[in-house]
Amino acid sequence: MSIESMPMTKALNAGLRKALADDPKVLLMGEDIGPLGGVFRVTEGLQAEFGTHRVMDTPLAESGIVGTAIGLAMGGYRPVVEIQFDGFIFPGFDQITSQLAKMTNRHEGQLSMPLVIRVPFGGHIGAVEHHQESPEAYFAHTPGLRVVSPSTPHDAYWMIQEAIQSNDPVMFFEPKGRYWPKGQVDLVSNGAPLHSSRVVREGSEVTLLGYGPMVNVLLSAAELAAEEGTSVEVIDLRSLSPVDYAPIIASVQKTGRLVIAAEASGFASVGSEIAATVTERTFYSLEAPVLRVNSFDAPFPPAKLETTFLPDVDRVLEAVDRAMAY
Amino acid sequence: MSYTAATVQLLSPEGTLVESDASAEYFPYIEALSDEQLREFHRQMVVVRRFDNEATNLQRQGELGLWVPSMGQEAAQVGSGYATRAQDHIFPAYREHAIARIRGVDLVNVMGLLRGTTHGGWNPETSNNFHLYTLVIGSHTLHATGRAMAMTLDGATGTGNPDTDAAVITYFGDGASSQGDVSEAFVFAASYQAPVVFFLQNNHWAISVPVSTQSRTPLYLRSGGFGIPGIQIDGNDVLASYAVTKRNLEDASSGQGPRLIEALTYRMGAHTSSDDPTKYRLDSEVEYWAKRDPIARFETWLRSRGEGDAFFAEVAEEAEDFAADIRKRTLALPNPATDLMFDHVYSEPHPVLAAQKQWLAEYDASFGGDA
Repeated sequence: MSIESMPMTKALNAGLRKALADDPKVLLMGEDIGPLGGVFRVTEGLQAEFGTHRVMDTPLAESGIVGTAIGLAMGGYRPVVEIQFDGFIFPGFDQITSQLAKMTNRHEGQLSMPLVIRVPFGGHIGAVEHHQESPEAYFAHTPGLRVVSPSTPHDAYWMIQEAIQSNDPVMFFEPKGRYWPKGQVDLVSNGAPLHSSRVVREGSEVTLLGYGPMVNVLLSAAELAAEEGTSVEVIDLRSLSPVDYAPIIASVQKTGRLVIAAEASGFASVGSEIAATVTERTFYSLEAPVLRVNSFDAPFPPAKLETTFLPDVDRVLEAVDRAMAY
Repeated sequence: MSYTAATVQLLSPEGTLVESDASAEYFPYIEALSDEQLREFHRQMVVVRRFDNEATNLQRQGELGLWVPSMGQEAAQVGSGYATRAQDHIFPAYREHAIARIRGVDLVNVMGLLRGTTHGGWNPETSNNFHLYTLVIGSHTLHATGRAMAMTLDGATGTGNPDTDAAVITYFGDGASSQGDVSEAFVFAASYQAPVVFFLQNNHWAISVPVSTQSRTPLYLRSGGFGIPGIQIDGNDVLASYAVTKRNLEDASSGQGPRLIEALTYRMGAHTSSDDPTKYRLDSEVEYWAKRDPIARFETWLRSRGEGDAFFAEVAEEAEDFAADIRKRTLALPNPATDLMFDHVYSEPHPVLAAQKQWLAEYDASFGGDA
């Protein structure tokens, strides 16, 4: 049976296992990824299967992990780094943005950096400070990096393998709030290239665009909108950099309305960039301004406030109503 | 922070060999050198100092945006550079012009970096594993450590064959020793017993901040807390630099783990051409180090061994020719094509860069060739 039901953690585990098995140059590096299998158990069993030299528990130092991964990539390896939590990526930020992202350019194309940095991101797990953040815009803003985020177990299984096969550095943002719900994974057929966006629900009046943890929220919103008589199309962005605009432009030209939603704060966000570009390219098709639904421009609050902080179905529907009212 | 009884010195500032408990084990490495190899040490130091002087002139004449002088540090670099073997990898900071030349990098490429025609300049793969300069202080020590970890994974180290066992050597300074990345490099190198030699050129000044602000303990002692043996050498003694580096590369590549060498030297010039050392350091300190000049003492020693005027005259002429050639070729360096901005940001095709490259071409063309 080529289609199996599994949670995203297991899909990622299966994708990583396949990558390790297919290419002896693939290495996993990170904190607690060995016997423990990572704090989210994504790498469970992989060290026992492939050995401590392929699945390395590292010292607790994010700059050191990314910096030595760069050196390993210079030596022909394809490191897959796990950053334990979104908020812990910043000690490694300099190595990612000043070194990793610029290395191929500095070498004028004579060196590739096939390195994947996995980052569990986003809220809805009730955790303490630094454990529920959405830092993707920093990396989407950085030339030299590719940034992707799967929203389903199926995409997680395939996108992690494609990211590892890429010869460029890929920031791989995993929606940790969606780690555990099961989904259907087709282990034989992929269906979409890494840097493609995809219409996941067809509609005719409003386009909803999101990625990672937000896609499921948008699908729920579309369902409720349909019950209220509004036909909503939903697009899963999948790739935050580069953005695959063709399906987005086609959709907005059809619906005339676009609402972009993300857990990240809205100021200078990925959604801001897409709003500007879509406005420029579809100006004469628009029936309403492009609207955005984000968390507030405040630090992620204590967990008891997270459901108020994060955009939810109701806030998305409020934006749909506003778009329809123009 | 200067010489102690533990400092390995084989050649005194007066140009005489120093027999001591600290130096004894290193003399066999020097005795194994031929006269021609010893002459090469001198030739390289003199040519690179002349090169450095020419580059300073070119900067003052507006032909370089910036220059990073290496004057005073020739012995630390030439000795350690000649100790590297074909299979080794070198991760420099940005002042290691002598080592670049020893590993076969055409120094006009370094000029391109400072003239603004490139961010890189050479391909490490075809430049005897001499990697690119890194301008963020200390960042490259982690890349060096990771590259050494790759050697271990490759089985390229610790096989018992000294002709093929490889190691990495990485250069950084007293200022860099305060960077977290350098400490993290020590941690990773020790944890994975990576074959990497950390070569710390303590030139006593991080731009205007003295080494006493970076560390209140001799820097060679710092690595001990990480489980990495450290040794301090007279960095203005090319023989000590050569012998101690050779020994430590052998240790690292034979599987004994990482090593630290602190080379005591002095930045005789400015940090860069934008710096003004008269604002923060005393003439008397510069005079102290001038008396410990690496080239003068080595020339004295070579002469004491019978080397004659003809050789020194020939080297001086070679240095002049080299400087003239560098000047000529620096001035002839072509400006890069605008495509350079777009073509290498990614290894694989990227729609944004492709579109922006096309836009710029069309924008330029819109001026009818008069842009």
